[in-house]
Amino acid sequence: MSVIEVSGLVKRYGELEAVRGIDLLVEPGEVFGFLGPNGAGKTTTISILCTLLRPTAGEARVAGIDVGRDPGAVRSRIGLVFQDPSLDDQLTAYENLELHGRIYGVSGALRRQRIAELLAVVELSDRASSLVRTFSGGMKRRLEIARGVLHHPQILFLDEPTLGLDPQTRKHIWDYLNELRRREGVTLFMTTHYMDEAEFCDRIAIIDQGRIVALGTPTELKDKIGGDVITLQVSDVLAAAREVEQRFGIAPLSVNGTLRIEVPDGASFLPRLVRELPIRIDSVSLSRPSLDDVFLKLTGHAIRAEGASDKDMMRNVGRMWRGGRR
Amino acid sequence: MTTAAQRTAVIVTPARGIGGGLLGAIYIVWWRDIIRYWRDRARVGASLAQPLLYLVIFGTGLASSLGGGFGATAQGGAGVSYTQFIYPGVISMSVLFTAIFGAMSIVWDREFGFMRELLVAPIDRAAIAIGKTLGGATQAMIQGLILLVLAPFVGVTLAPTVIGEVVVLTFVLAFGLSALGVALASYMRSMQGFQVVMNFLMMPMFFLSGALFPLVGLPGWMTVLTRLNPASYGIDPIRRVLLGESGFPVERFAITIFDQTLPIAAEAAVVLGFGAIMLLVAVRAFQRRD
Repeated sequence: MSVIEVSGLVKRYGELEAVRGIDLLVEPGEVFGFLGPNGAGKTTTISILCTLLRPTAGEARVAGIDVGRDPGAVRSRIGLVFQDPSLDDQLTAYENLELHGRIYGVSGALRRQRIAELLAVVELSDRASSLVRTFSGGMKRRLEIARGVLHHPQILFLDEPTLGLDPQTRKHIWDYLNELRRREGVTLFMTTHYMDEAEFCDRIAIIDQGRIVALGTPTELKDKIGGDVITLQVSDVLAAAREVEQRFGIAPLSVNGTLRIEVPDGASFLPRLVRELPIRIDSVSLSRPSLDDVFLKLTGHAIRAEGASDKDMMRNVGRMWRGGRR
Repeated sequence: MTTAAQRTAVIVTPARGIGGGLLGAIYIVWWRDIIRYWRDRARVGASLAQPLLYLVIFGTGLASSLGGGFGATAQGGAGVSYTQFIYPGVISMSVLFTAIFGAMSIVWDREFGFMRELLVAPIDRAAIAIGKTLGGATQAMIQGLILLVLAPFVGVTLAPTVIGEVVVLTFVLAFGLSALGVALASYMRSMQGFQVVMNFLMMPMFFLSGALFPLVGLPGWMTVLTRLNPASYGIDPIRRVLLGESGFPVERFAITIFDQTLPIAAEAAVVLGFGAIMLLVAVRAFQRRD
């Protein structure tokens, strides 16, 4: 049975239609990625699934429970890692987990055992009694991930879990997530606008302007582009093109003095090509179509970081305001 | 590392919301506020600066120009000095500002902070509103009561019974104002409204509360406004208890409605009733989902 079932989901804010009819199924134990630019409707969808927003139309079931009918039951079965830290930075790491455990009814000895265990997984055991205020962005995110799974949720929702972190820290976060997934069998549902991060997902839904434009494994999606691209630098482009066409039955493209060959499986084709082509090759490169290419092809525009949103502005204002009062 | 058996044992444990129900959840929200308050002792100290300025500079300055003080009668009855008069007012001011400022933190918390953790938790959101109100009220009460240490310097004697009554009455005022703050914050979506609340609600409330001048013999319009101000009914009993014990003629400043002096219990009931209504508004707002 699918842990998340969404059909015909719509969310309108007045005139604005943020989500325009989304259908998807997420299977237990899966890492499901929601990929799209800012404002595509990712956060709105995740907020509906987490019972923070009500859908305007359509149906969403999480862990088999309708999000509109019994939000409390859904909430006790999910964990959440927000885009913005929702830790209490005046409390210690341990206290934050303690508070969470109490709220979710994880009692006494079990709670203490669980907190110790998770602090070890995210490598924060030695900082358990430090105030969260003193933590780096990466440490906060790790703590939030530990907190998100403290009560054994069936599904952990992560909204841009590595936003604003450096590549090394992002990789570490993924190590922890995979570790938790292995140990706990938790389903991960995440949003991201990092293409490379989407590669870690079992399946991806590409969302643009409130609609899912493609859904599948990263490989399936990239196959929509039609395989790999081999680029050759040769002394005689025309002769090379003729040879390739004759020997392999592929019509290459000559672009700016180089030869581009699109093949379904470049890795196995490349050695053959080099071995059998009777023309001197100066250089050769093999590239796989990226999810960027997929997104570009499907939507006609690239995913890019957009200008500061209202929320970003408020974030900054708030920081200033709070900074002055501390 | 745990063994597989232990892990299984952990996993089968149902996580179905807090064991203690609504009361347990209220306690957790309150507990968090108190830890934070306790940890932020520097702020506690700094926030005493403003009341001290009012008491020492404003009080002394006005006392000098007013001469003999308030409430002296033509028959030679003793009055109170201005410093003594505003002492309970300054305590109340500390309560008012702490309560409203504390509640405003909800607005910030809601968008980016810990409030989101609470909003997605499997608890009745009424617990958030009630816990925040009680947490804010506890802090505001302590901020007010700390100022009791100044009593000897102001010339007010504190009997144990007086302290007991002042503690109760200060909590009543703190509860009413904290509930008001939480109700306002629950409808605010950005910090931009904060300045509005500050200028059009907090300051007028403070000025019209009887903290700085007696609410007697005022022009009609002002009398009406002061009687509509819930803070008036919170401050008046604190003053009557605090100064009354020292033999000051506090009845001359007491709030009257149609020339009737209200009993202290009635005043406290007004504030508690106001607080309860505000709390209800806040609970409704928290339970609503967009």
